[in-house]
Amino acid sequence: MKEQPSSLCLHRAGPTGSLVVRALSVRYGSSRVLQDITTEIQPGRITGILGPNGAGKSTFLKGLLGLVPLERGEVCYRGRELGSEQVAYLPQRSVIDWTFPATVWDVVLMGRVKPTGWLRRIGRQGRQRAAQALERVGMSAYRDRPIGQLSGGQQQRVFLARALAQEAEIYALDEPFAGIDQPSGEILFQVLRELADAGHIVMLVHHDLGQALTYFDEVLLLNQGLIAQGSPQQVLQPQVLQRAYGSSILLDLAA
Amino acid sequence: MEFLWRSLSDPLSFAFMQRSLLVAVAVGILCAVVGSYLLVQSLALLGDAISHSLLPGLALAYLFGLNLFVGAFVAGVISAVLIQWIRSASPIKADAAMGIVFSAFFALGILLITLIQRRARIDLNHFLFGNILGVSATDVLTVVGITLLVLGLVALFFKELTFYSFDPLGAEAAGLPTAKLGWGLMMLTALALVASMKAVGVLLVLAMLITPAATAYLLVPQLQQVMLLGSLFGVSASLIGMYASYYLNVASGPAIVLTASFWFGLVFLSRVLLRSR
Repeated sequence: MKEQPSSLCLHRAGPTGSLVVRALSVRYGSSRVLQDITTEIQPGRITGILGPNGAGKSTFLKGLLGLVPLERGEVCYRGRELGSEQVAYLPQRSVIDWTFPATVWDVVLMGRVKPTGWLRRIGRQGRQRAAQALERVGMSAYRDRPIGQLSGGQQQRVFLARALAQEAEIYALDEPFAGIDQPSGEILFQVLRELADAGHIVMLVHHDLGQALTYFDEVLLLNQGLIAQGSPQQVLQPQVLQRAYGSSILLDLAA
Repeated sequence: MEFLWRSLSDPLSFAFMQRSLLVAVAVGILCAVVGSYLLVQSLALLGDAISHSLLPGLALAYLFGLNLFVGAFVAGVISAVLIQWIRSASPIKADAAMGIVFSAFFALGILLITLIQRRARIDLNHFLFGNILGVSATDVLTVVGITLLVLGLVALFFKELTFYSFDPLGAEAAGLPTAKLGWGLMMLTALALVASMKAVGVLLVLAMLITPAATAYLLVPQLQQVMLLGSLFGVSASLIGMYASYYLNVASGPAIVLTASFWFGLVFLSRVLLRSR
C-alpha cells in the first residue's frame, strides 16, 4: 500500500495515543466559528469541552473528526492524520430522526457495520459484542422495542451501546447528558469512566459548568478560540470563566 | 368465482398482458425498496425532481435513436449532480435547487417532444402517464434486469446504507464513505425511476416510490419490514391498476397510483380511528 505524504504528521509527535490538534480553524460561509485551536487530548481521561452557547463546541468536535471541512489545521493520531481510525461519534440526540423504522437491536448492530466490513453479514462474534454492549447499558430488556418508543435517557443508552459495540479507540459524544434521566446519566458516566480507564480517548461536549467538576479529568474551555485547558479546578475559576463567558457568568454562579 | 377467475386469467392469454404483468410486479417491488430509503431520509422531493428530469433524456434518446432507458438514466443523474452543485456552491437551499433544476429539465423535455411530434407520431401522454400495456419484450428484459441489479445492490450494502440513512455523521465518523453511499442511493433512485417510467410515467412515478413504502411504514417497525410489506402494497397496486387499465381503457399510471393511494388511505384512516378510541 502506498502512503499518502499528506496523511503523515511530521510536525509533532505527541505522546503515544494522544490526539494532537494544530491550528484548527472552521468557517461557515463568511463567519469564522473556530480560530486557531491548538491542543492535545490525552487518552485515559475524560475530557470535557465547555463554553458558552455558540462558542463552537460541537463544531470543534466535528472538526476534530473530519465531519465538517476545516479551513485550516490538522488533527493527528498516532503520527498520522486522523481519518481512517475507528471513531465512535454520538451526535446530539436532537439531530437524529427517532421515528426511523428501527428497533433497539438494529441500532446497536450498526456499531458492528464497519468492524464487519463490506459484503459480509454481521457474524456471531459481532452479535455477541452487540449483546454485551446492550447488557452493559442495562437495555437488554428493550432489544426489540422500536427506538421511537424510548425515553431520552434510554435512547442515549442505546447510542452508547452502539458506540461500545463499535470497539473504537476514540469516543466523541456531543451533549450526551442533555435532557436525560439520572439513572441513565449515571450509567453513561460509569461507562465513560471504564472506557477512559481502559486507555481510550474519551471527549464530550457539555453545557453544565456545575457538573464539570465531578465528571471530567480535563476541561477545554472554548469560545471561538481555546480560552483555557487544564483540570476542572484550574479552569473553573471566575477570572478564567469570565474570559469565555463575559461578566454575566459571575452573576449566574453567584445566584 | 368462475367469473372472477376468467376476468383475471383471460387477459393473460395475450402476450402483451404477460409482459405488463412482469413489469408491474418488478416495478412494485423495486420502487418500494428504493422508496423506503427516500422515505426515511425525507428525500421524497428529490425523487420527484429526478423523475421529472428524465424527460429530456428520453426525448434526446428517441431523437438520436439511442436506448430510451440509458438516455433517461443519464438525464436523471445529470439533474442530481446539478442539484447538488447548486446547493454546495451557493446559499440556495435544497428545495429551491430541486425546483429550479427539475422544472428546467421538464420544460426542455416537453419542448423537445413537441419538436419531435412535428416529424413523428409519438404520444406525449405515454411519456407523462405511462403505458404499461405497450411494453415490448426488450422493455421487460431491461426492467427485470434493472430490478434484479438494484435489489442485489441493496441486499449487498443494506447494513451500510441503513447506518448511513439513520445517522450519517455517526457513519462517517465510523469510517464509512458516506458521500459515496449518498451518491449510490441517488443512482439506485434514478435506476428505479427509469425502470418504472413506462408503467406509470414520469409525472406519477414518485407515488410508486413513496406511497407503498409510507403505507408499510405506518404498520411495521423495521426498515427491512417496511421494504417487504411496501413491496406487497406496490405489487398489488401495480396489478390492480394494470387490470383496470385493460378493462376500463384508462392510462395505466393513474390507475396504479390511485390503487396505491387507496391502500395508504385505508391504512391511515384505520390507524387514526383505532387510535382515537
